[in-house]
Amino acid sequence: MTGIESGAAGFGQGGNALGRDNYLNHERGIKSWLLTRDHKRIGVMYLVVILSSFFLGGIFAELIRTKLLTPGNSALMKADTYNQMFTLHGAIMIFLFVIPGIPASLGNFVLPLMLGAKDVAFPRLNLASFYLWVGGALLALGSMVTGAVDTGWTFYTPYSTTTNTNVIMMVAGIFVLGFSSIFTGLNFVVTIHKLRPAGMTWFRMPLFLWGIYGTAIIQIMATPVLGITLLLLIAERALGIGIFDPALGGDPVLFQHFFWFYSHPAVYIMILPAMGVISELVSVFSRKHIFGYSFIAMSSIAIAVLSFLVWGHHMFVAGQSTLSSMIFSFLTFMVAIPSAVKVFNWLATMYKGSIWLATPMLYVLSFLFLFGIGGLTGLFLGALAVDVHLHDTYFVVAHFHYVMFGGTVIAFLGGLHYWWPKMFGRMYSEFWGRIGALLVFVGFNTTFFTQFVMGSHGAPRRSYHYQPQFEAYHRLSTIGAYILGVGFVVIAVYLIHSLLRGRPAPANPWGGATLEWQTSSPPPHDNFESTPAVGDPYDVEAWTWDGAVGGFVRRAPAGQPAGS
Amino acid sequence: MAAGATREGSVAGTHAHHVAHHFDNAEQQFESGKLGMWIFLATEILLFGGLFCAYAVYRSNHPEVFVYAHRFLDTTLGAVNTAVLICSSFTMALAVRAAQLGRRRQLLGLLGTTIALAACFLGIKGVEYEQKWKEGLLWGAHFHAKLAPSPPALPQTLPPVPAAAGEERSLIPPAAIGPAGLARPGRPTVAEGSEGPPHDVQVFFAVYFLMTGLHGIHVIVGMALLSWMMVRAGRGEFGPAYVTPVDLTGLYWHLVDLIWIFLFPLLYLIR
Amino acid sequence: MNLGRDFVDRLFTWAGVQAAGGFWMPEQGSTGAAAVDHLFSFILWVSAFFFLLIVTLMIVFVVRYRRRPGRMEAERGPAHNTPLEITWTVIPIAIVIGIFIWGFKVYLDVNTPPANSYEVLVTGQKWKWLFTYPNGHVDENLHVPVDTPIRLVMTSEDVIHGFYVPAFRLKRDVVPGRYVKVWFRAVNPGEYQIYCTQYCGTGHSDMWAKVIVHEPGGFERWLDEAGNFMKTMPPAQAGELLYRTRGCAQCHSVNGSGGTGPTWKGLFASHVPIEGGRVMVADEDYLRTCILDPTKNVPVGFQPVMPTFKGRLKDDEITAIIEYIKTLK
Repeated sequence: MTGIESGAAGFGQGGNALGRDNYLNHERGIKSWLLTRDHKRIGVMYLVVILSSFFLGGIFAELIRTKLLTPGNSALMKADTYNQMFTLHGAIMIFLFVIPGIPASLGNFVLPLMLGAKDVAFPRLNLASFYLWVGGALLALGSMVTGAVDTGWTFYTPYSTTTNTNVIMMVAGIFVLGFSSIFTGLNFVVTIHKLRPAGMTWFRMPLFLWGIYGTAIIQIMATPVLGITLLLLIAERALGIGIFDPALGGDPVLFQHFFWFYSHPAVYIMILPAMGVISELVSVFSRKHIFGYSFIAMSSIAIAVLSFLVWGHHMFVAGQSTLSSMIFSFLTFMVAIPSAVKVFNWLATMYKGSIWLATPMLYVLSFLFLFGIGGLTGLFLGALAVDVHLHDTYFVVAHFHYVMFGGTVIAFLGGLHYWWPKMFGRMYSEFWGRIGALLVFVGFNTTFFTQFVMGSHGAPRRSYHYQPQFEAYHRLSTIGAYILGVGFVVIAVYLIHSLLRGRPAPANPWGGATLEWQTSSPPPHDNFESTPAVGDPYDVEAWTWDGAVGGFVRRAPAGQPAGS
Repeated sequence: MAAGATREGSVAGTHAHHVAHHFDNAEQQFESGKLGMWIFLATEILLFGGLFCAYAVYRSNHPEVFVYAHRFLDTTLGAVNTAVLICSSFTMALAVRAAQLGRRRQLLGLLGTTIALAACFLGIKGVEYEQKWKEGLLWGAHFHAKLAPSPPALPQTLPPVPAAAGEERSLIPPAAIGPAGLARPGRPTVAEGSEGPPHDVQVFFAVYFLMTGLHGIHVIVGMALLSWMMVRAGRGEFGPAYVTPVDLTGLYWHLVDLIWIFLFPLLYLIR
Repeated sequence: MNLGRDFVDRLFTWAGVQAAGGFWMPEQGSTGAAAVDHLFSFILWVSAFFFLLIVTLMIVFVVRYRRRPGRMEAERGPAHNTPLEITWTVIPIAIVIGIFIWGFKVYLDVNTPPANSYEVLVTGQKWKWLFTYPNGHVDENLHVPVDTPIRLVMTSEDVIHGFYVPAFRLKRDVVPGRYVKVWFRAVNPGEYQIYCTQYCGTGHSDMWAKVIVHEPGGFERWLDEAGNFMKTMPPAQAGELLYRTRGCAQCHSVNGSGGTGPTWKGLFASHVPIEGGRVMVADEDYLRTCILDPTKNVPVGFQPVMPTFKGRLKDDEITAIIEYIKTLK
């Protein structure tokens, strides 16, 4: 695994660029941001709006958990308000935060840099995607004012076609968000196909790009089906088209098939980039070449393909035929395998490494722990007979959060901490970073592990009232949610602090071997001052700590002793 | 969209200015644009794919409805429209060639013809819609046609109606029948072998209006794109070195045409 | 399979955790529950094993290979090892196929009702369950005899509901316009909770009911008595039961609040303005006409949407309902 030409160019370009021309100060003024076609600025704008949505969704979550402290009526909110709260929590978190999360913010920023390219293939389309996101988000959130939707984020018919809340506006918003997602995916696929530099073959691409590529494929292929489903729902409500109305010969369960044909692959839209992030981080912070590159890369593609064939496992109790249930159950188990393979490969990467417990690595460990639970509890839900018992209970809520939060959000935080110095040219406080990671880990487990137990005892989800027997679990869960909230406040405070007062970051603070670390922090407007040298993206051992630079530099040519 | 991105700096009209700063050369840019457009077309097919699925599901749920109701559609008008669209695809293909050869007048004329054919298609579609509207052959809740015991243009007898989706009913009659709500469990069932129109004829028209309506929207979008191409062709932006936008618009137009080629037999020519 | 179950049972006893009614699962109320719980326990142990394996390895690696002075570099090692990777691909595949087969088998068992099951019609509506017995009696709780296969034929009046009895490990979505069937055989007399698991609006979390499993012989006695409530109950009380079980409560409130139809509170003997300018006194005759021919005298401010109850309510039942309305002052 050498394949690296001499290290002469080690720190020819790079270093900290805060005092020099960089993408942040290349142009000034609000207009230069709003009309930018620079993928880095678009990535940063996405980061801002996506984190704002996360904050809003989080507020709803804390309110829901606060209500659930007591089993009966609550002075905090009525049943209808509660129903609107969990719908908004779900819709905001899924459609505004997790789906665009990693690809649109981190992906936008990092993808061209990793390719050594100047931008994505279609910079204008990239900006259009951003504004589609904004427009869709405003529409969706506008429904809050005009009659907050109370259908749950899944919009099951016929409830969603008969409730008197503003479903059309919310659904239209998500339709627009879907196009934002499609165009981002399209952009990334073309970029990866056409803008790879000479020397970067498919199997020399960083695994984050494999993750993004798999995601983009799903975005392109699944989102249009969501689009048509939502259009049908709008037509049903606005025109009475009758396609989901049993009284008019329609079939309400068809909506579920359509919806999950998108929304199950969407789960992998959320998790694949997260796995890509973890693949980068685990290698860099073990100071060791990734183990089993091709298995990890291929498992991303396997997940992308299989994800389209498992939607029916959301309908094991909805009355589909036994034969389809059997097939979907089987395929569901098969889609678990690539994830398991990845986990083993990550562990093997750590084996005999030099494990550096910096904040991003804490998120990797956190990910392995939480995603392990999330993935393994999927086995319960894939097994037909057990799923019948667990379906639509808190067990599913817990499983989903372990995968989406324990997986995607944790990886997002890991990636954010990893690329933060590159994005803004400043380091955050390691001490507070570790405290934040720990609080999130403890808070998360307290919140959601209790829900597994509650769920297997039969507590139905989306319940305003619940049986007194579940009160203790709910209280514990709510305490966990508060710890989680404190954790996020800590993270927000030290990250904002770092923007203003953080230590200037070196070009390569972590010793990554992918191309984005070969330019300055933050990168210049055109990304690279000179064309970076393409090599093995996981040859992290070729980079060594240099106290004088305060970061990693490429090791001296072979033959000389290693180390500082 | 894909076309938009490759347009940077095209006003200047020289070769080098067509290439955006992040592309190495014009070929890479063209290839990227083309790949982007093909992917976009794939998403379009998937968008319609949802409706084709809905069609398949409802046709298998209500086969007798589809056989019965399709006779209300005017096959002649449908066939004429098919011919119109095929012609427009042909003129579009010629337009791309004219652009490649740099024949500006010819390009403008062919784009104009394509738009005119598209308008002709929409006109005929409008006539069909109007007939349906008058007869009350509408979707779902708005269906109010008075159906004759046997359909009008039906010389031969109906093929045997498959037993209405053999859902096994309970022996116990539903006792507590609620108020007129969404579901009306007390719907009369079709007596075996009875004459007359089948139930839920509105399902066919829901599918018909959804599919042709979405297609119609695509035709309108295509006309807008073609008009934009005419404006740019008028400015003389296209030539042998730069035809990407015309080429991509052509791809889109062929797709719109292709979808109709599937819609026509599925809706008009049911046997 | 039996060997596996024995092994699992023994493991649980050893760990001091009972498979049923313990830390994870609720009590077992039906024959199907035990089979489901065995599979649950098996998956639990498989998961626990792999989870501990991952976490242990992770912790050991972090402790042993922590970056520290003297260990600033990773040890050189192979970047991949195909046989090893194939091994950890194939072993999980084998395990999940095993779980899949087991899960499917149990699913088939609990989904195939024996012949001669006793049939009850279940109707879900916003926001209550109604259970109709073969003799026509409608009840708000599900009464069943112990140790008898019960087949539920379920449908919904409005939106999709989910019928769920945790103790029976039984769940199925109840879809409008369709009849879905499930079955169970209760093993112990007692009361078990029913929930709605498919979100259905404001009162979704209040759609609670009970399965009441009777001792041998007890069910028949109950059904006779309950089916006879018109004779055993005072008319007003019977009327209230009919109000709740025959769909009146969907539109008519009894506390004065609004609804699709007029409230019954204070209705009797009041003066009702009728569409068309008349005013009628809501006496017995008027109420009886409203039930049998609802569109004849529509009160001002309401739509003529009520279906007729002709043939669905008997004369004495109508009388009982009117008696009930009289009590609502």
